Amino acid sequence: MNGLAHTAVLAAIVVAGFFAVWFRDLLSSVVSLGVFSLLLSLEFYILKAPDVAIAEAGIGAGLTTAIYIIALRGCNVLRKGGGGGRK
Amino acid sequence: MEPLSIIVRTICDIFAWFLAVFGAYVIIHGHLSPGGGFQGGAVVATFMALLLVSHGGKKLLSFVKPGLYSWAETTGLLLFIGTGFAGLTTAFFYNFLAGEGGLFGAVVPLGANSGILNSSGTIAVMNMAVGLEVIGGLSLIILYMFKGIRLYDDTGREETGHDR
Repeated sequence: MNGLAHTAVLAAIVVAGFFAVWFRDLLSSVVSLGVFSLLLSLEFYILKAPDVAIAEAGIGAGLTTAIYIIALRGCNVLRKGGGGGRK
Repeated sequence: MEPLSIIVRTICDIFAWFLAVFGAYVIIHGHLSPGGGFQGGAVVATFMALLLVSHGGKKLLSFVKPGLYSWAETTGLLLFIGTGFAGLTTAFFYNFLAGEGGLFGAVVPLGANSGILNSSGTIAVMNMAVGLEVIGGLSLIILYMFKGIRLYDDTGREETGHDR
């Protein structure tokens, strides 16, 4: 049971990382990176490190996603007609 | 930065308070359960991140005072080093509160127990100090990043939010 959950979470991490690189839309890429971080914190919890899991969920999935979204706003990427949209 | 849609705003309004309370729980129970000052402070700092991303800067930056967070950061650092120097009669960072009774001084009984919150001496005080400092620091990072964006914000073009 533990090995099955372990393998599933690791495969989902690889999929989320692939989509973070593959998306042309930068906002979708940032959200995929947040999902990557959340799955990584779940993996830390499975590996019996709940301390690191809380830090990863708080900083990786929460603050880093917000900082990336603010940075995208600052680069004018999310405006209409700006770059980063799906061509 | 325009506010997002009403669904995102409502969910963030409700959820931010639960995150703040959970972060305070992680800080206060730092010596008993996983997590501590840094982790709980990061969770509490998510409060400001959620509100800024959902409501936009125009509404929030008008009444958020960065001096409050700066005060929290300074107080946390001073409390930490002050607790370190307070045990200097025996040694630097000496745990002078543990086992004395009173504040954080309960004696932990032998055998299996679920943990006593009023124990551990200065470790709980230092957890709260680190929590205050991390809340102030991470919230200030996000706030000033947002202010830096607003300096270059040309208001000529109308911005379209990404979900409308």
